[in-house]
Amino acid sequence: MSGSGLAVGAAREVVLTDDLTRTQMVMYAGVSGDYNPLHTDERYAREAAGYPGVFAHGMLTMGLTARAVTDWVGDGRLLRYGVRFRAQVWPGDRLTARLSVREVRDEDGVPVVDLDVVTVNGDGAEVVTGYATASLA
Amino acid sequence: MADYRFPVEAGQIMLFARAVGDPNPVYADPEAAKDSDAGAIIAPPTFVQAGAQYDPDYPLRPRPGEPWFGSGRAATGVDARPAGGGGLHAEQHFEYHRPLRAGDVLAVTSRPGKTWEKTGRRGGRMVFVETVIEYRDGAGELVVTARGVSVRPERPVETGEDA
Repeated sequence: MSGSGLAVGAAREVVLTDDLTRTQMVMYAGVSGDYNPLHTDERYAREAAGYPGVFAHGMLTMGLTARAVTDWVGDGRLLRYGVRFRAQVWPGDRLTARLSVREVRDEDGVPVVDLDVVTVNGDGAEVVTGYATASLA
Repeated sequence: MADYRFPVEAGQIMLFARAVGDPNPVYADPEAAKDSDAGAIIAPPTFVQAGAQYDPDYPLRPRPGEPWFGSGRAATGVDARPAGGGGLHAEQHFEYHRPLRAGDVLAVTSRPGKTWEKTGRRGGRMVFVETVIEYRDGAGELVVTARGVSVRPERPVETGEDA
C-alpha cells in the first residue's frame, strides 16, 4: 500500500522485470521519441557502433525504477528523483529495485521522506543508483 | 536545442506508462484517477523525456528524405554519427514543482550547464556535458526542472563509467 511504512531504515525490493525484452525497448523508443538505433537496431549496434548488441535506454531503466518509488510514496508526491547510470542494461536482464528510507525530515515546513534508490541486474550489479524525495503531507 | 511547446496529452501518458511497465490506473483511467490522491490523470515521473517528440531539432528522430544513422541496406546510413547522437546518458535528475497533468501545455526551454572531463577506468578520456531543461505551464510557473548529463566516450563501453 502506498505511503505505508515510510520510516527510517524501512526497505523494499521490487522486481521490475524478470526478462527485459527488446519489445519493451521498442515501446520506450516509440513513445519517448528517442529513436537512437543503439537501442532497437541490432545490426547498427553490432556492426556500426561496435557494441555486443542493442541495450536499453538509460531512461527506460529510470522509468521502470520510478514505478517502485511511486508505488511506495503514492501518486503525485515526488519532489525530486535522480539517478546515475552505472552500467548498461541488456535484453534478458532481470531488474530489481531496492529502495530504503534514508531520512524523514521537514523541508520548508512540509514533512518529506528521502529514499535511496538502487536497481540491480540479475548478477547483482548496480545499473542505476540514485535518490528520491517525496512529500508526506 | 530549440525552445518548444509540449502539449501533455492523456494518450501519450497512457502509452508512456505502458512503455515503463507501470499499470497504475492514475496514468490511464480518468475515473480511477479522479478517486486517487492525484485527483486526475497525472504523468509518470520521467514523462517529460517524451517532450523530445515535440522538439523540432531533436537529433535522435529520423526525418523524411534525410540520411539516418540506423541500418537499412547498410549497417548505418551515414558516415559519421550526427551531433548529439553519439553520447551516452550518465545522469538524470528531476525536480517536481507540482504534479504534471494531462491537459498541461508546457513551454520548454533548455540551457547548457557545466562541462567537465574525466579519465575512465580503462584510461579513455570522457567529456561530460550537462543540460538543464525547464518545463513551465501556461501561467509561466515551473512544473518540472530536469538536469541531464551526457558523456561522450572515445570508444564503445561495455559498462557505464561512473559519472
